[in-house]
Amino acid sequence: MKLNAFKIFVYSLILGLFSFGAMAAGKLNLYNWADYTPDELIKKFEAETGIQVIVDTYDSNETLLAKLQASGGSSGYDLAVPSQHFVEIMIKEGLLEKVSGIKNMPNYKYVAEQFQGPSFDPNQEYSTPYQMGSASFAYRADSYSGTGSSMMEFFKPSSEICGKLAVFKSPEEVVNMAHLALGSSFCSEDPNEMQAVMDLLVEQKKCVAVYSSEGINDRLKSGEVIMHAHWDGYSQVGKWEGVDDLTYAYPKEGVVGWFDSLVMPKGAKNIEEAKTFMNFLMNPENMAILSNFAAYANAIPESVNYLTEDMKNAKNIQVPDGIPVVFGKACNKKAQSLIDKVWTKTMQ
Amino acid sequence: MLNLMFKRKKFSKVWDFPGFLTWTFFFFGFLYIPIVILVIYSFNSSKFAMIWTGFSFRWYEKLLTNDDMQQAALNSLYVAFVAAPCATAIATLTALVVVRGGSFKSKEFSNGLVTLPLMVPEIVTAVATLIFFAFIGINLGLINVMIAHTVFCIPFAYMPIKASLEAMDPTLEVAARDLYSDRNSTFRYITLPLLMPGILSGFMLAFVISIDDFIITLMVAGGGSTTLPVYIYSMIKMGVTPEVNAISTLMLAFSIILVTGYWVFSKKS
Amino acid sequence: MNIQGENKSRNNLIGLLPLWIVMGVFMIGPLIVMAFVSIMESNSYGGIHLKFDLSGYRQILFDTNLFDEMEFNPAYLIIIGRSFLLAVAATIISLIIGFPVAYYISRQKDSVKNILIFLVTIPFWTNLLIRTFAWIIILGKDGVIENSFGFIGIIGDDDSLNLMYTNTAILIGLVYSYIPLMVLPIYSSMEKLDVRLIEAASDLYSTRINLIFKIILPLTLPGIIGGSILVFVPCLGAFIAPDLLGGGKKLLLGSLIQFQFAYARNWPFGAAIAMVLLALIVTILYLNARINRRHEQNA
Repeated sequence: MKLNAFKIFVYSLILGLFSFGAMAAGKLNLYNWADYTPDELIKKFEAETGIQVIVDTYDSNETLLAKLQASGGSSGYDLAVPSQHFVEIMIKEGLLEKVSGIKNMPNYKYVAEQFQGPSFDPNQEYSTPYQMGSASFAYRADSYSGTGSSMMEFFKPSSEICGKLAVFKSPEEVVNMAHLALGSSFCSEDPNEMQAVMDLLVEQKKCVAVYSSEGINDRLKSGEVIMHAHWDGYSQVGKWEGVDDLTYAYPKEGVVGWFDSLVMPKGAKNIEEAKTFMNFLMNPENMAILSNFAAYANAIPESVNYLTEDMKNAKNIQVPDGIPVVFGKACNKKAQSLIDKVWTKTMQ
Repeated sequence: MLNLMFKRKKFSKVWDFPGFLTWTFFFFGFLYIPIVILVIYSFNSSKFAMIWTGFSFRWYEKLLTNDDMQQAALNSLYVAFVAAPCATAIATLTALVVVRGGSFKSKEFSNGLVTLPLMVPEIVTAVATLIFFAFIGINLGLINVMIAHTVFCIPFAYMPIKASLEAMDPTLEVAARDLYSDRNSTFRYITLPLLMPGILSGFMLAFVISIDDFIITLMVAGGGSTTLPVYIYSMIKMGVTPEVNAISTLMLAFSIILVTGYWVFSKKS
Repeated sequence: MNIQGENKSRNNLIGLLPLWIVMGVFMIGPLIVMAFVSIMESNSYGGIHLKFDLSGYRQILFDTNLFDEMEFNPAYLIIIGRSFLLAVAATIISLIIGFPVAYYISRQKDSVKNILIFLVTIPFWTNLLIRTFAWIIILGKDGVIENSFGFIGIIGDDDSLNLMYTNTAILIGLVYSYIPLMVLPIYSSMEKLDVRLIEAASDLYSTRINLIFKIILPLTLPGIIGGSILVFVPCLGAFIAPDLLGGGKKLLLGSLIQFQFAYARNWPFGAAIAMVLLALIVTILYLNARINRRHEQNA
């Protein structure tokens, strides 16, 4: 019997190792935001390179950071897509691999000059561009009498919105939006300013139906909520999917800008495959597939030639004149702990 | 049904309470109607799970081309095929010692240790395992998940094995020992075959538990080790489409077939 | 004989070793590491500093406000209280629904009984996530309930009952998830019930209500307590139902713990709450064991 149990154990170990070994060759584990990876792009990449791509999704920069932190430097992912300030944090925390030779990648020449060596990665050692856009809120124009011209419409909703409002599940963009609304600056270390942010969020919570960063368009389409914290491109996708009156607000106080990049988490196993993907995506034609799907702007100017008419005319992503786009920053620890505190206290 | 109710009334005894039948009827409705609705809506042709527009297999067809989902399903099977046998082997050894080992000091302790994963709330086990792996730096992808599942599955494999050991008629073994006089042979030719149904039951339950586990996997799984429930969770979060219903229906069918198999099997033996 | 005895204890040891190793390293080990992390200082980007610090626990009651002043913060007590109340409510509702069912099943003939009990257990073996998801389709906006109510004309086309994202929704999810665990132990203690006792009692007590409360209920008390614990414990640490049906707005203990690790990255605090949850449950199990022992002594 001991033999039998032992046999079972050995067999299962062999089976496990075998399956594990089989998974390692020619694969790429991509960890990306939900609804941010077009099938068409992946299929094209797989057809051209023979590398199989496996996509996992997350719903916020925070989730990504938490997952990378929790894995103690080996998350099993080969590529991830954080926003600019989180790239900075992750570099500082030692969570990213240096990627050698990004500047020498054949398609690097397509990257617009002002996006080569961006402030968060001046030597282009860690990242290649993915997409860029903004965060603000969107609403169903048919059911709402407001004009989306002030951030306060989101934070102090009118009675028609109250109870039909949804907010992102994670703090960074929401807190920044609150800063815009209040006229204070991002990464504030002033307790009084942060208290004001918290008061605003707590007051808003009374009208919030759900905190979620996923399935936003479905929630708006069903009418479950009529105003939702949103991203410009994703709201445009909602419009394309048939929610004609879905309007992305460009309030006078401004919108929160972000710039997402491909990075390689520490301990990535399929390094060559990951680099192949980075290079692949900088090709204008491929980048256009991504923008046509996710409806965000990108850092590859020549991709314009491959954009669909729909994308060229996408109304929600065109920033009106005079509306500031303020990019999120990596806060220092004091500011960061204030943000966390504000959010935890709001959520409780 | 009505006929049946009348019949019962005729033979009503003191311990039959009026209304309990109806109550039980509603109870099973409560238990199964949501599942039935879930299954029905998987055949919805609309993109939105809640709005019924017509009958269609399109979401099942879509599953056939969903590589990520298939990879997740494969991962689930890999994990279960490693965790369930490991858990069953450990559970069998433990049950043999606890039931047959006479009385010894650590008996109660071992018996309690087996059921520990059932006592600790799953979310606590999940974060504790997450911290543990992060802390000592074990990052073997799917193998981490397999380890966590093995631990969690042990009590589920243990219970049926222990029960069938306790129910076993010792006279056969005694008789065998008289004839063979060799403990090992007795075990091999008598005890083990008699115990096999119990071991198989334990294996099946452990297998189902591993396939279904969500919270622990959610916290422990890293890149490339997403299992089916974790994948379904991310699908639900992205929006309620009938594709979720379709994959859920398949999973439900899988579990129910396995458990029914186990049930029929254990009734026969 | 002596040699055989030694053999036996050696065999026992070999047989138990795999369990001790696996459970010791991968179950008790993690719990110890978690206890350790709960008394360390947190790192604001996740993980910990190796420095003794009790603020993970202190934070449950007293928290620094934004101005770095210490103040009493009832918020987490409220979350603990809310989790407790919801778990108690779910347990009571499960008991009320489950008791007559267990009774009814136990009074059927064997073949029917087996099938019914099997039907009770099936949901337990299916995926909890999927079963909770089914309730989104039922309770959600334009879901099954709203649609059928609209169809009958109880509510208008554009009206919404706002069933989702409420405590009620969470409660329904909890009861639905764990009610089989209530029915089964009650059923098994009903099985042991001596029918003659009921017959004798029915001669003495006039009403059936009396019969239930004076005879059946006390005699099946171990099953009721067992079932209540089996429902209460997982409800207290529930994560899926509050997450999917509660809209992430009303935190419960389970979701609070998950939140610390998946978003807020405050490991010591998350670990401290997990320890508190664990302590609550150990206390309950201990009390139960004591009651059981007294019950056995009395019997």
